Amino acid sequence: MIKLDTKIPSGPLEKKWDRRQFRLRLVNPANKRRYNVVVVGSGLAGASAAASLAELGYNVKCFCYQDSPRRAHSIAAQGGINAAKNYQNDGDSVFRLFYDTIKGGDYRSREANVYRLAQISRSIIDQCVAQGVPFAREYGGGLSNRSFGGAQVSRTFYARGQTGQQLLLGAYQALSRQIGAGRVQMNSRTEMLDLVVVDGHARGIVTRDMVTGKIESHAADAVVLCTGGYGNVFYLSTNAKGCNATAIWRAYKRGAALANPCLTQIHPTCIPVSGKHQSKLTLMSESLRNDGRIWVPLKKGDTRSPANIPGAERDYYLERRYPSFGNLVPRDVASRAAKAVCDDGRGVGSTGLGVYLDFADAIGRLGEETIRERYGNLFHMYARITDEDPYKSPMRIYPAVHYVMGGLWVDYNLMSTIPGLFVAGEANFSDHGANRLGASALMQGLADGYFIIPYTIGDYLARSGSDRIETDHDEFKRVGQEVNERTRKFLAIRGTRTVDSFHRELGDLMWNCCGMSRNAKGLQHALEKIPSLRQEYWENVRVLGTHEELNHSLERAGRVADFLELAELMCRDALERNESAGCHFREEHQTPDGEALRNDEAFSHVAAWEYKGDSVIPVLHKESLAFDFVTPTQRSYR
Amino acid sequence: MNLTLQVWRQKNAEYPGAFVTYPARNVSPDMSFLEMLDVVNEDLIREGEGPIAFDYDCREGICGTCGVVINGRPHGPSPATTTCQLHMRLFNDGDTITIEPWRARAFPVIKDLVVDRQAFDRIIQSGGYISISAGSAPEANAIPIPKETAELAMDAASCIGCGACVAACPNASAMLFTAAKISHLGLLPQGQSERYGRALKMVATMDQELFGACTNTGECEAACPKEISIEWIARMNKDYLKASITSRSET
Repeated sequence: MIKLDTKIPSGPLEKKWDRRQFRLRLVNPANKRRYNVVVVGSGLAGASAAASLAELGYNVKCFCYQDSPRRAHSIAAQGGINAAKNYQNDGDSVFRLFYDTIKGGDYRSREANVYRLAQISRSIIDQCVAQGVPFAREYGGGLSNRSFGGAQVSRTFYARGQTGQQLLLGAYQALSRQIGAGRVQMNSRTEMLDLVVVDGHARGIVTRDMVTGKIESHAADAVVLCTGGYGNVFYLSTNAKGCNATAIWRAYKRGAALANPCLTQIHPTCIPVSGKHQSKLTLMSESLRNDGRIWVPLKKGDTRSPANIPGAERDYYLERRYPSFGNLVPRDVASRAAKAVCDDGRGVGSTGLGVYLDFADAIGRLGEETIRERYGNLFHMYARITDEDPYKSPMRIYPAVHYVMGGLWVDYNLMSTIPGLFVAGEANFSDHGANRLGASALMQGLADGYFIIPYTIGDYLARSGSDRIETDHDEFKRVGQEVNERTRKFLAIRGTRTVDSFHRELGDLMWNCCGMSRNAKGLQHALEKIPSLRQEYWENVRVLGTHEELNHSLERAGRVADFLELAELMCRDALERNESAGCHFREEHQTPDGEALRNDEAFSHVAAWEYKGDSVIPVLHKESLAFDFVTPTQRSYR
Repeated sequence: MNLTLQVWRQKNAEYPGAFVTYPARNVSPDMSFLEMLDVVNEDLIREGEGPIAFDYDCREGICGTCGVVINGRPHGPSPATTTCQLHMRLFNDGDTITIEPWRARAFPVIKDLVVDRQAFDRIIQSGGYISISAGSAPEANAIPIPKETAELAMDAASCIGCGACVAACPNASAMLFTAAKISHLGLLPQGQSERYGRALKMVATMDQELFGACTNTGECEAACPKEISIEWIARMNKDYLKASITSRSET
């Protein structure tokens, strides 16, 4: 039976992390090289963790499914990274960033974790600048900031529209330095297919070499999962095609609790779906909302071109509903508002699933040149995908799945319920509550990897000692055997439907029943439907080729099999959370104005699920959330 | 529209490859090039034939994973565009399209259109970084950097490491890739301490990895989806020359 021990330090908020750091045990520098640490994933969290651990002297093995660690999907983050530097002298502070993040998360995150994140945010910028990240600058040479969705101060650091790329390259270069020095063994095109737990402790992983098909075991004293989010359960999302839940799902099935799986962020500004062939969705940075105005026609079914709709017949619905935040309301609020106007029959574009994001006023006020300087690459990307010129006519946007706040449950030290298994970045559930603020994912990934895991893992290793386990241990053999059998099973089914066709069907079901808004009836429908889809999958999927070669269908088959299980848990969690909070909008629970209505009495907790067997309903554990330093209120952006 | 594809199929580096012809039916102009290949692959699987292996990940033009040679041009006919961002509206009904992998000695074929680009990683590992361990950084605004310098560094840093420059170069040279990183770091004050040693080490690795030399054909710049300028190569050569003359110990 899992016990959720948060290990949150006592004392005042601003002293908790200091105290914890002091209490954490240290590993003697000379002994560090005796410890093996496996890091799975090479995005912001994984690359920064692997690099930092190697800098400290640990023996690190890092794994990624991509052909190079530089390709992890952190690279696609556009907008920026938050930090409480207060360079703009506009009243920002660690406490304000903390407060904004807690409030933005609709009071479903831990105060202590979020405060630490805000504290560390400042060191991240220092570290990245020193690595050579070319952040935007002012003429005087100082760092430039902009304001970003949901914040009334300018605390977002950025590198054009490619902030994630530049931060990831910084971490990748730090990692490359350690690989070059022989302190990290990098394994690209290698996918983790299971976790090995010995005597209740995480002791390694089993992987598949995606080029040769070889199944291999890797023993370790600690395992760090930095494998990102599971938004691809919806098939269409802004995630990279390869993003998957397999690592965290395998860990869940080996005993790690999975927290708040239903909490999924739907990003308001993405390019709408253009047809059935659509393979992924493209996000347009929400920084566009700083200058763009969002509107739809006032009248239903108004098919005039946007230029022919006079101002008086337009509904700038965000500015109307939220006069103080206007177009800059948080993501969940903006997404739901777009859905509401489209459900009302006022959506634009051929599918009616779109709203305008209009730059005409900004171009008039600032000139096309300024807009080009700020958003040139985004406008270019939009034009290429849609064949429309956003300088001349408004963009069309629609919400899309973008990020998951849910993930493996971790304590304050970022350790899961399996001792020795640490989880960082989007793969854990820790900091964003029910809704993540813009420019906070990069901050969290790097905080976890550069500045938290390197401290907390030492404490675990110092306490647990090093009793060597080699890969010839029975448990490695057993898990390796299971992985082998499962992989071969996909090839043996020889059914009639492709992996993708199942994935699309699952995605549709999840988008309709567990997407931007949910209700008990829809969720129950999905809970009935998913097991039968899963059964059909295992009987009728067609995977060609062999196991001993590069085989993309086989890789996808394993990932989709796990999505088919995870989807059920997401729906179960969404049904169980019988309130609205942040991105989780239960239609049964809304204010008269259609805003999310929380139920703090009953649901001020983290829902952590424990696996009990494939045909057994998982057990729900609740970590209650205490708010000692802020008072939960109804969020208002009016 | 309907198209004819001539696709390079190759089991792995040990086996010879060959072009195989496939029809691509009912292609929508709004599809990306990779979505067109997805549709062809779904048909192939239904017909019991192994799908075409090609690399991709983000499908928004930033991760650098995708890339094939389309009608002889890396990433296809559209300038400043990755394969995943190339849309089928640029082709016409009835077209025949030839699709090949990157071809370079340093990028062995893994399967079909997938190549091994780890040589790029090894170039970075040999010096494409600033040696600063976590925790030891000074306050971020302590060193002002002129806006123009930061912008130039960003231009060079925009490289996505896709390898189109190598595929386009008649010598399969990695000069543009290497020069972009040397320039990005060498422009910034933070990168000065290791500037010359970095140039020597990265160029040495580039040569060891069997990339060819630069003969100024400019094909790399033309093929680059991020419009990385060939001027960086001149800058790298300058740094390399200076380093060769002045350096005492670093090679």
